[in-house]
Amino acid sequence: MNYETVIGLEVHVELATESKIFCSCSAKYGAEQNDSVCPACCGMPGMLPVTNKHVVDLGIMAGLLTNCRINRVTTFDKKSYYYPDLPCSYQITQWFSPICVDGGVEIETSQGKKIIGLKQIHMEEDAGKLVHDDWTDTSLVDFNRTSVPLCEIVSKPDLRSVEEVIAYLERLRTLLRFARVSNCRWEEGSMRCDVNLSIRPEGSTELGVRTEMKNMNSLSAIARAIEYEQARHIDALERGTEVLVQETRRWDDVKGQSFAMRNKETAADYRYFPDPNLVPIIIDDEWFDRVKSEMPELPEVKAARYVGELGLTEKDAETLTASRAMCDVFEAAYPLCGSAKDTASWLIGDCMGMLRKKKLTADDIAIDPVKLAEIIKMVTAGEINRNAGRRVLAAVMDEDADPRAYCEKHGLAAQNDEGAILEVVKKAIAANEKSVQDYKNGRTKAMQAIFGSIMKELRGNGDPQTIQRLLKEELDK
Amino acid sequence: MNSISKTRERLLKRELSCAELTEMYLAAARRENGDLSAYTLITDEEARRAAAEVDARLARGEKLPPLAGIPFVLKDNISTKDIKTTCASRMLEDYVPIYDAFVWSGLKEQGAVMCGKGNMDEFAMGSTCETSYFGGAKNPHDLTRVAGGSSGGAASAVAGGVAVYGIGSDTGGSIRQPASFCGLVGLKPTYGAVSRNGLIAYASSFDQIGPITTCVEDAATVFDAICRKDPADMTSRGAERVSGRLHSDVRGLRVGVAKEFFENLPAEIASAMERALDFYKRAGAELVEIAFPMLRYCLPVYYILACAEASSNLGRYDGLRYGHRAETFDDLDDLICRTRSEGFGQEVRRRIILGTYVLSAGYYDAYYNKAQALRRTIKNRFREIFTKCDLLLTPTVPVTALKCGAGLSPVETYQTDICTVSVNIAGLPAVSVPCGFDGAGLPVGMQLIGDKFTEARILSAALAFESGTGGAYLKDSGRGVSL
Repeated sequence: MNYETVIGLEVHVELATESKIFCSCSAKYGAEQNDSVCPACCGMPGMLPVTNKHVVDLGIMAGLLTNCRINRVTTFDKKSYYYPDLPCSYQITQWFSPICVDGGVEIETSQGKKIIGLKQIHMEEDAGKLVHDDWTDTSLVDFNRTSVPLCEIVSKPDLRSVEEVIAYLERLRTLLRFARVSNCRWEEGSMRCDVNLSIRPEGSTELGVRTEMKNMNSLSAIARAIEYEQARHIDALERGTEVLVQETRRWDDVKGQSFAMRNKETAADYRYFPDPNLVPIIIDDEWFDRVKSEMPELPEVKAARYVGELGLTEKDAETLTASRAMCDVFEAAYPLCGSAKDTASWLIGDCMGMLRKKKLTADDIAIDPVKLAEIIKMVTAGEINRNAGRRVLAAVMDEDADPRAYCEKHGLAAQNDEGAILEVVKKAIAANEKSVQDYKNGRTKAMQAIFGSIMKELRGNGDPQTIQRLLKEELDK
Repeated sequence: MNSISKTRERLLKRELSCAELTEMYLAAARRENGDLSAYTLITDEEARRAAAEVDARLARGEKLPPLAGIPFVLKDNISTKDIKTTCASRMLEDYVPIYDAFVWSGLKEQGAVMCGKGNMDEFAMGSTCETSYFGGAKNPHDLTRVAGGSSGGAASAVAGGVAVYGIGSDTGGSIRQPASFCGLVGLKPTYGAVSRNGLIAYASSFDQIGPITTCVEDAATVFDAICRKDPADMTSRGAERVSGRLHSDVRGLRVGVAKEFFENLPAEIASAMERALDFYKRAGAELVEIAFPMLRYCLPVYYILACAEASSNLGRYDGLRYGHRAETFDDLDDLICRTRSEGFGQEVRRRIILGTYVLSAGYYDAYYNKAQALRRTIKNRFREIFTKCDLLLTPTVPVTALKCGAGLSPVETYQTDICTVSVNIAGLPAVSVPCGFDGAGLPVGMQLIGDKFTEARILSAALAFESGTGGAYLKDSGRGVSL
């Protein structure tokens, strides 16, 4: 019999705010343990939560990106359970009235385009982190992550394959990163995903027994987990290896197996109820419209525009639009220097190369677009040559140097005086008798050696084409 | 008993220094606390620090804020940095907050002199102060009787002359009821008038901090000192100050009377109420008959919702970060279980279990949701009522101070809150004012309930009664400091 896999995903992403969701502690990843904590986020008696409005902005944005309806009145609720990483014994989340409902995300796979429905997106606080100390055999709690804002994106059970799941997650990641809702870093846990999966005979409209899998922290782990779980379900159905029950399972990526954590009977009763300390959030038109106006042009729309209006190649357009930061620099710089193509070439060829050398990504680009445009203008006008331009670029990217001042300080101005260059060329010919002989004997490559010594003499600032021309003329005399 | 204005006058006239005044109160507090159990902790050091500062300001000729230099008692569920805040619970017996409650830091800035932390029912759950882990506060008018609850310690200290005023909290009557039992004025402000930041929560949508004082004027003074908006409490809105807006003219005032509040009253309380109504009528107020059939739902609504919120608010006491921790345990769950079983008293455990039950899957709709719906109905009913009258007059408690260890069942005890809980359900302001005595000479209080943010109106009506009756219902316990 053929089976169909039915998958729904719960994706958690950390929202890219400066501070936590209910207090003013820093929400940045990577602080010293228990450095970003205050009486509020570590649950001291009497402290009260105060909603960070930027979290709501990002919640609205997430909904707009995924075509959701935004609930204009949205509330926070308490979800109660005991765990050492949860200092109040409840997590503040949205249960009764989440900020976004009924959306959809379009994906493209080998099967074509398809819309994956979204049930809802809700905002909530993250929990702390348990750190086990093997030496003393004790567990300690790091509350830095407590109250870091999250949104949970709950899909409908519309996914049917690993390919669709990966396409959906990548699409979500692109959208959220592009709108700066989240940096979606799997490796830092700022993007996490639970998989709800069931199997049914092809053609059936009823859903099979559903299991929920947790603890996958990469796309490949998710793919492996789905394949394993699919096979486990089918084995159970076909060969009766076990009886499937609705349960939560933990994926062990090292063992390549999932293990039961808790089933329906032992599931916690979370006793959701509205948090009386947090007044309902009322998103009026002004608020809604402001966030809407901040919504970025989506990457594929941008890429089409770059090709159609600015004449970039499709490949360059795609490369640039893979990163919001690149697009921002590009769009600010090209009108200043007057050439979209040159700007793209500098960004893709030079900037990205320099970032890669430092093991950074395109998103890490930090360059003043005005300065980038200045460099491009100077090179185009022949004030400096391209090599010198690269040196200036490196200085601008590393230390935010001023391009003109840097050129002056390091004597990078192009040597455009043909008379002066000719002098150097003649001197070089006189000093490189052997190479000249080789050249005359038909080894044209020998010209390169002479060219090198000329460039060295000009400290790299001669216009290569002028040098080439004058050198050839002299040699051919 | 000394009023704030009288004490302030003595300080400003330099008839005695704040240090002297403070020493008198500290000594009296020490002397009386064996009888009264009004304080869970006497804070000599803090009081002396504040007094010295006030004396220095006086010496420099600075203008002093109204509460500067006045000794007071702060209920022990309001967080005081570096000073124990126990909620009268074994769970927090040694808990020392790392931050100040908004109200306390404001008072401190003004130069208020805290003599100690006020005894209370454990986590403010009770109506007699007897659920206190340290033993209940006694009624200074009769030591065999309770001071009331839950802010019993604050009331006992003020009536016992060992604090000039008290700061309490009121979730279902916890300021007004002990004020009534001890012959004092107790104001429960509009929900949101005073910041709850630093108040250790019992039921967040009901809790409100307010004053317990010897007279109406003092209640106004203290209210003005604490009713500021606080950005750290999203439900806080602050309130307009009332001092300077008080008057004792009740002509044309529409006083609402809902007979439901007067059913089954003991004769002495009923006649005290009659006299109070008569007073207003003769002073030119108009008595308006009001129907409030919802009264019978108020207790269940209150106990369902307050316990639900409490079960969640008290979840954080798990022994892991602060507070009591069980010494022996098998695993994490066992540690949490034992810690909570040992650290909480019976009444607290009862309310946590009740609250957990009404929020549980399958019971939520039957209890919590129904109670929430009724809460809305009750709020709407009050809104209607206040189109027909300016305030409601009711008894504060249908009984006078109970005997210590009277051994009432939980439900019988809950029933004594019948007149006060509706006010918290609707988030309204209400003041309890002494208006009579029972046969044993124990104080009787009446309650004036107003619409939201009409503290000035209910306090004016209270002032009219207090001054119009020539202070006939104020009674000195003969204890403590007399200036």
